[in-house]
Amino acid sequence: MPRIIGKITFWRVLAAVIIVLGLIVTVRRFFFGLGTVTNLSDGFPWGLWIGFDVVSGVALAAGAFSFAFLCHVVGYGKCHPVIRPAILTGFIGYILVCVGLMYDLGKYYYIWHAITMWNHHSVMLEVAWCVMLYTTVLAIEFSPMVFEKFNLDTPRRIIAAVTIPLIITGIILSMLHQSSLGSLFLIVPEKLHPLWYSPLLPVLFFISAFTAGPAMVIFESTLSARVFKRGLPMETICNLSRFLLMGLVVYVAFRIQDLVARGALGEIFTGSFESIHFILEMLLFIIPMIILARRRAEEHLNWVFAASIMVPLGVVYNRINTCIVGMIRSSGTSYFPKWDEFVISIFLVTLGVIAFYLADKYLPVFPKEEELLPGELGAAAESA
Amino acid sequence: MGKVGLLVDFTECIGCQACVKACKEQNNLPRPSYTDYSDLTAENYTVVLEKAGTNFRKLCMHCHEAACVSACPVGALQKTPEGAVTYDAGVCIGCRYCMIACPFQVPKFEWDNPFPAVRKCIYCYDIVKEGEQTACARACPTGATMFGERDRLLQVAKRRLAAQPDRYVDYIYGEKEVGGTSTLFLSGVPFDKLGFRMDLGEKSLPELTWVVLNKVPNIVITGYLLLGGIWWIVDRRKRMEAERLAEEEEHEESA
Ligand code: SF4
Ligand code: SF4
Ligand code: SF4
Repeated sequence: MPRIIGKITFWRVLAAVIIVLGLIVTVRRFFFGLGTVTNLSDGFPWGLWIGFDVVSGVALAAGAFSFAFLCHVVGYGKCHPVIRPAILTGFIGYILVCVGLMYDLGKYYYIWHAITMWNHHSVMLEVAWCVMLYTTVLAIEFSPMVFEKFNLDTPRRIIAAVTIPLIITGIILSMLHQSSLGSLFLIVPEKLHPLWYSPLLPVLFFISAFTAGPAMVIFESTLSARVFKRGLPMETICNLSRFLLMGLVVYVAFRIQDLVARGALGEIFTGSFESIHFILEMLLFIIPMIILARRRAEEHLNWVFAASIMVPLGVVYNRINTCIVGMIRSSGTSYFPKWDEFVISIFLVTLGVIAFYLADKYLPVFPKEEELLPGELGAAAESA
Repeated sequence: MGKVGLLVDFTECIGCQACVKACKEQNNLPRPSYTDYSDLTAENYTVVLEKAGTNFRKLCMHCHEAACVSACPVGALQKTPEGAVTYDAGVCIGCRYCMIACPFQVPKFEWDNPFPAVRKCIYCYDIVKEGEQTACARACPTGATMFGERDRLLQVAKRRLAAQPDRYVDYIYGEKEVGGTSTLFLSGVPFDKLGFRMDLGEKSLPELTWVVLNKVPNIVITGYLLLGGIWWIVDRRKRMEAERLAEEEEHEESA
């Protein structure tokens, strides 16, 4: 198997390079301040780290809550085989969001002030509390995987007993959190471009994050099935892809209807910098919608896999457009992230992927083969 | 003391920069010779610029319903009873949401400091609360910058507009902007020509986030009831289904 070893080595070298670069930038950021490692300025105080690491990161970690809802509350579509990967993604995602926040906060050493000093008129306070509480909930939801691994029965039973209230708490926190990231921008009607500013921002953020959840899980399950060469719970994937389609239809309809209601539809066709980004963003929702409407996961896993990559990308694009692209014109300055900013973002994603890989390898994250029905086995390998 | 304010009459400003220097001394900011004063920065709480044939001043507007104050998660920014919007670097966590929220792009940040702070005019709050005027108003040789009770300053501004309509554009900047501000400007040149936004509206900005935030307790309660309810129904249905199956099995066995 020399080729496989070669491949693994390549990925490892790449990861090592990213980590070294990441550490260098980390030192520079904490010793010399934000100005040295970012292109942020007084005119443009929020950039890639807020737009990608924090706001997009939270959206992509939303799978944990969409699944908690689908699986535990309404019992939709045999989601059990994928609830754990969803929780794991959420947990890792939220930890990375916290780390990303530490980079971005100018006075990170006072971060605990958010616990002791409250201004309850601030959306940012809601965001901070949701991050803290929901990370805790995810840690608890994640813990059974560790307990199981080490056969710790008592703590596992304790957690099992409080599962439902815990899960409902998690869903509510997550709902508040996803929407509050949209609410952050409600206070800048005069700054954010009309293609993105809407009084409905919190609702739109919530729906798109909820939709990103199943897409992320289809993506991860399929990828991880290929990497570790194991079977895929096909029935679940099919149900999820149908659910994803529904989510996309609702989101796109909502988004367009919102533009119409605000009279901002014309902005799409002006050919401006913003309109181009808007069209690209919407394509990342509309193309997967068309794919999913025409191709069923049973026969076309690769198509569905492609769609499941596009949706999270679309959500990230939307968040970046809201935080960065839509804010540039009014700022009177320009902004494009410095390479150090990219390094940190890629560094955090890399850490996340490594954490997921290790957890997947050593903890009972995906169901074991024998737990799947025989007919579900090998579907991934065949279509791959 | 009622709410205080500043009235800056651009038509009387001679561009001498005395207010800028006084501000730097009062607030221990680096001396003017070291800095660029083309715009507000972490070291310039105020600047006096020239454009379209007039001198004009920029500084924090000290909004009545300040977006920055409502945005700050930890309450580092406060609207004091006197009307000044103050800042406490010992509280601030450096999230810079105030900079995003401020419609006038006033708060600035110490980008090159590893232990940074947000910087903006605080109406010389230390001396104002003792009943003194701000340093800039005290330093101004022409009376272009005037300190006083905001209500009275507004009357002064209105009187000037009425007495000399040719001298001024008929507008008091800050009278109604985003719900009114403590700082007021009069100008002989249209404000948008000087870079002041005329499209901010009269509505308070914090209201926009508050309409959502005040729903949070409601969402939490409704959320628990709704989700709990759905879960209960679904779970009950599942249990009944399981019982039915078990019963059927029993029947089959006994048959
Ligand atoms: S002008 Fe900006 S910084 Fe000054 S009080 Fe108003 S919102 Fe705050
Ligand atoms: S940067 Fe400081 S003052 Fe501004 S909103 Fe954040 S915590 Fe408050
Ligand atoms: S001190 Fe008065 S006249 Fe001199 S620049 Fe300032 S506002 Fe203008």
